[in-house]
Amino acid sequence: MADLSVDFVGIKSPNPFWLASAPPTNMGSMVERAFDAGWGGAVWKTLGEPIRNVCSRLASIDTGPQRMIGLNNIELITDRPLEVNLREIAECKRKYPKHALVVSLMVESKREAWHEIAKKVEGTGADGVELNFGCPHGMSERGMGSAMGQVPDYTCMVTEWVKEATRLPVIVKLTPNVTSINPPARAAVRGGADALSLINTINSVMGVDLDTLVPHPNVGGYAAHGGYCGPAVKPIALNMVSELARDPEVGIPISGIGGISTWRDAAEFLLLGASTVQVCTAVMHYGYRIVEDMIDGLSNYLDEKGFLSVRDIIGKSVPRVTDWGNLDLNYKTVARIDHSLCIRCNLCHVACEDGAHQCIPFTEINGLRYPVVDEHECVGCNLCSLVCPSPGCISMVRLDDGTQPLTWRELTSRPAPQPATE
Amino acid sequence: MSTQPTTLIPPAQIERNFREIAPALTEAEALFEANRCLFCFDAPCAVACPTHIDVPAFIKKIATGNMTGSARVIFDANPIGATCARVCPVEVLCEGACVEKTLMQKPIEIGRLQRYATDHVLSRGRDVLKAGAPNGKSVAVVGSGPAGLSCATYLARLGYGVTIYERKPLAGGLDTYGMAEYKMTQRVSQEEVAQIARLGVEIRTNTEVGGEVSFDELASKHDAVFLGVGLGATRGLGIPGEELEGVYDALDFIERIKSRDWASVPVGRTVAVVGAGNTAVDAVTQARRLGAERVLMIYRRTANEMPAYSYEFELAKQDAVEFWWQTAPVAVLANGGGRVGALRCVRTELTEPDADGKRAARVVEGSEFEIPVDVVIKATGQGKMKEWLTKTAGVKIDGAGRVAVNAETMQTSNAKIFAGGDCVNGGREAVDAAQMGKLAAQGIHAELTGERVEFAGARVILHESTGQIHAA
Repeated sequence: MADLSVDFVGIKSPNPFWLASAPPTNMGSMVERAFDAGWGGAVWKTLGEPIRNVCSRLASIDTGPQRMIGLNNIELITDRPLEVNLREIAECKRKYPKHALVVSLMVESKREAWHEIAKKVEGTGADGVELNFGCPHGMSERGMGSAMGQVPDYTCMVTEWVKEATRLPVIVKLTPNVTSINPPARAAVRGGADALSLINTINSVMGVDLDTLVPHPNVGGYAAHGGYCGPAVKPIALNMVSELARDPEVGIPISGIGGISTWRDAAEFLLLGASTVQVCTAVMHYGYRIVEDMIDGLSNYLDEKGFLSVRDIIGKSVPRVTDWGNLDLNYKTVARIDHSLCIRCNLCHVACEDGAHQCIPFTEINGLRYPVVDEHECVGCNLCSLVCPSPGCISMVRLDDGTQPLTWRELTSRPAPQPATE
Repeated sequence: MSTQPTTLIPPAQIERNFREIAPALTEAEALFEANRCLFCFDAPCAVACPTHIDVPAFIKKIATGNMTGSARVIFDANPIGATCARVCPVEVLCEGACVEKTLMQKPIEIGRLQRYATDHVLSRGRDVLKAGAPNGKSVAVVGSGPAGLSCATYLARLGYGVTIYERKPLAGGLDTYGMAEYKMTQRVSQEEVAQIARLGVEIRTNTEVGGEVSFDELASKHDAVFLGVGLGATRGLGIPGEELEGVYDALDFIERIKSRDWASVPVGRTVAVVGAGNTAVDAVTQARRLGAERVLMIYRRTANEMPAYSYEFELAKQDAVEFWWQTAPVAVLANGGGRVGALRCVRTELTEPDADGKRAARVVEGSEFEIPVDVVIKATGQGKMKEWLTKTAGVKIDGAGRVAVNAETMQTSNAKIFAGGDCVNGGREAVDAAQMGKLAAQGIHAELTGERVEFAGARVILHESTGQIHAA
């Protein structure tokens, strides 16, 4: 059985699965139940000046019968008194010394305020602090949360303040609501951050009630944009994590966040450079118990692939992420349909016809009409294999022999052909 | 039927026995099922449907919550879509063709989704079809069964004045009088009839053509006539004792059940049903539900040859019907009171298959035996209305007694007369009749105006690729 334990900037955790700072880590009794269920770590729901929340606060997007593929919230940081949270953090850490307990922080943009709260947290025995520079709703209107993360100079400055006040590892949690994730990440590094965590939630309006005409979630007939998370945001998070993992100016550990629901999601974040992962929406949907299969599934995956430790896969796919200009223009695949598995739904045909390159006409086999790929016209785009509901029916087959790779960069840097001279 | 044996079980139990076997889907069930649909392109289910309803389109509309649109897609291609949702043999039609059947061994429940969508508008009286602007022409429709209702609907949509002549007190034909009660009640067929009537179609019930009104009067009054008269009475057994009290025609038996006046339905302790078609199954299953202790299905061949759909056979098995295969009745015997007391039968053996693969049933000499029964129900198929068709309506029939028509236009030997449904195809499903009604409406319109129209699902349209396979 593979070793799942991780050491994240000195914070030891029995496995890479942490709860993200959110409702599931609101108080001691919850975090303790989560640890009992198997979670390796938890980031306590953001401490700061206690706030007043609105009602209602959550809205979701469904796809067919699958509920909550995306979730949005307008809840703010903790509404509990600071002293109560600090006391419970200390108790929790005492009871669970081997688990990772990190505390998320957000206070007004004053050096003294950050110094004070950082010191208080250090006094609890917690393993680290996470600076919430990402929350895109409510707090940002007060100059906190994503208002910090969207201005690299502020990110750097506040990180420095916290580093001045505590010897605890400092994780900076980044907002995805930026044009490029690299500048704020580099700013955090300049400010002395020990690690980064991302992504926080994405600005979003979840939809409109077609009867009342009020967007969701409805607060007395009005709605405000909220933070979007859940399975639907995973690809955005994976991109940002991998961008930072391959940025030589970053070079510090990353805790991956964004739509992680299963061990498979977690493995993908680890492969693209995260050293731990943080989960929220999936737990809000199904409860702490989901960590059992995350641990079991990841462990079996590592065993089956011959990895002795989860640490062996961290960042293993990062070298496989490159710029478009470095991709081989001569790499050639085409779709091939296995007619013994084809159920004749013709979704590949219509997708190719109306959404791609009109290269899946029909052919007749034993009196039945089947889609068939015209390999001369197929550009190998994958679309048909993506829409095909029958497992294994459409495969992408490589046609080139790999001997003459040519990238766009190479193509455009070649000297222009000289006119022939006598 | 004055001294008929009636049911032995309490009415409350019978009500339970006649609960719908395929109840309405809940909203949650319908949404789940609708989302399971793959939304195939040139979908096999729509090809398999005789009326070619755009099944993926109406299912997708359920999934998006566009219930009015969903029902319109259905009724656009099949004016008796609510009936068909309940009585179609979906396992050999749309659901039998569903690709999910191939992939997951579980087809989408198309029939029940169709019911969900059509119920939505019918129960609200929300009309999804519109009558056309009156074009000054009128058509007589003889018979208000599936074919007649369908033809009338399309004609009304084109602006024709349509009068349906129906000899029974209620319109709907077999939709109203011939469907097993656990599949469909009269309420549904009447809601569907009412929807069609709201298009301006006049429905004259209790009006027999050739009786209350003469065919010639009809033909002279209207610009065209559509015959949707169905089939005739159940064929006789041709055996002694057939006239005894206690021998019934399966269709009469089924029709009596439709009143839900259980005590009025003749059912004894032991019921023998002769025949093994779908109507025979309707008779045996309903006799059991009415409280008959023993129900026998008597058939001269074996289960392999039985004409009923396998789904229907399963229903009969679930109702603990006794199957007397390779058994043929030779006489109905009276009891002391002059009623049915027993059925005398012989055993049969099947001959070797002939050139067409058909196996004849041959009587086994000396195999006679008697089964004590209270009721005998004849389910041996309906005869044709040859006399009425040739003499009263004056149209040509084929060798099998079916009205001879042009298969595209449904025009008969008389250019002014069109026909569809069982009287043309010899007795098939309601959905087949609905399609013929649609084709006939198109045919009538072409005949009377010279204009060709094509309604939804008039024919299968498979898309062609824009590209051609590149020559290697």
